[in-house]
Amino acid sequence: MSSERKIRVLIAKPGLDSHDRGAKIVARALRDAGMEVIYTGLRQTPEQIVETVLQEDVDVLGLSILSGAHMALFPRIMELMQKKGLTDVLVFAGGIIPDEDVPHIKKMGIKEVFGPGTPLETIIEFVRKNAPRRI
Amino acid sequence: METSATLMQELQQLANNVINGDKRSIARAITLIENNGEKAQRLIALLYPHTGKTHIVGITGPGGSGKSTLIEKIISELRRRGKTVGVVATDPSSPFTGGAFLGDRIRMQKFTTDDDVFIRSMATRNVPGGIAKATREAVMVLDAAGKDVVIVETVGAGQAEVDIIKVAHTVVVVFAPGLGDEIQAIKAGIMEIADIFVVNKADLENANKAVTDIKASLELNTKEKAWKPPVLQTIALTGEGIEQLVNEIFQHKTFLEKGAGISKRRKKVETELVEAIKDKVADLIIEKLRKKKGFNELVEKILNRKIDPYSAATKLVSELTFNQKED
Repeated sequence: MSSERKIRVLIAKPGLDSHDRGAKIVARALRDAGMEVIYTGLRQTPEQIVETVLQEDVDVLGLSILSGAHMALFPRIMELMQKKGLTDVLVFAGGIIPDEDVPHIKKMGIKEVFGPGTPLETIIEFVRKNAPRRI
Repeated sequence: METSATLMQELQQLANNVINGDKRSIARAITLIENNGEKAQRLIALLYPHTGKTHIVGITGPGGSGKSTLIEKIISELRRRGKTVGVVATDPSSPFTGGAFLGDRIRMQKFTTDDDVFIRSMATRNVPGGIAKATREAVMVLDAAGKDVVIVETVGAGQAEVDIIKVAHTVVVVFAPGLGDEIQAIKAGIMEIADIFVVNKADLENANKAVTDIKASLELNTKEKAWKPPVLQTIALTGEGIEQLVNEIFQHKTFLEKGAGISKRRKKVETELVEAIKDKVADLIIEKLRKKKGFNELVEKILNRKIDPYSAATKLVSELTFNQKED
């Protein structure tokens, strides 16, 4: 209908972590902001997440993690993204992530980390502003 | 339409990669089709000669009847039989914000890393009918990529969401027990499009009653039909009844490939051509075009894969403008 490209977002839950209230709230907020949001469901391997990014051809990947395994899982995910040539996808993270890990995470290519209490508006604005404009 | 050599080269490369089954290219092709009319049409023209080999299965039924879970088990059974599978799963867009939450895939994530399975989620983008405007073309992409079976999941469907019949060869209508009132409500629409009925969640109370209700409704059909839709029971969670369901899907495929089925296939191709024309001109003009001699000839050509429906539509429309000038 409209020729304006919809922003497609994947919200993913890597690893052994069943806490997905945050992921669902963010997914819902982005949906209400007019985006098409795909949710992977719980307990995804890095391989599953990256393959989903590829098949769904999303513009944005949001990783939600509260298990503490982010420093093990994020590098693997970003490595696979590189390998599959998915370098133009905007990646952000959210959940329980200690401040001292944030610089390391950003170095991996994850553009932003949103902790508890982040206003939804902040996340929506961030995605709108940074989502790649691909054809 | 402006043609640049580089653009055509780019599209040809993309088409070649799709035909070779490259997943990234399949994904990109579907995005292109969802977003860009003109380029999409050119891409489809390139892919169309390579389509027509896949069996398209539509899965429809009320929200919560277990369509996505059922599809996961159908994929599993198809993979056991060595078939490659594509899935296009539809969820609704918000009529207020245009946003969508696409959750069908969650049930099928197990197959994400299977190289012979490709799953794509699609929002309706507020097109009524139960599937997206781009669904048919997305199926063409997966067809061209060589998938043996492509499964199309509709949104949770009530009465009017029957467009799946225009896309699928075999339509499976899924119910769940306890939706008795809904069975009454959907009798006029969905009950008429099923090639196979499934009562899912058959371990629940009233499953037998649902089967009886459907069978009783079928008894009321006054027209004698060559294919009598079977009414099956499944428990998607455990996989019970899935093997039989897949058997019936292939039975129906065999049925379509001979006798009465051929006219159905021809009819489907004809529908493809009409839908393609609709993209270009107002509904009013369609009737006029139908009467043209060229219409039937083009359907024949599409059947023979000599031309794709979009190119055929362009041809018909351009002729119409020419004739009006003459008047």
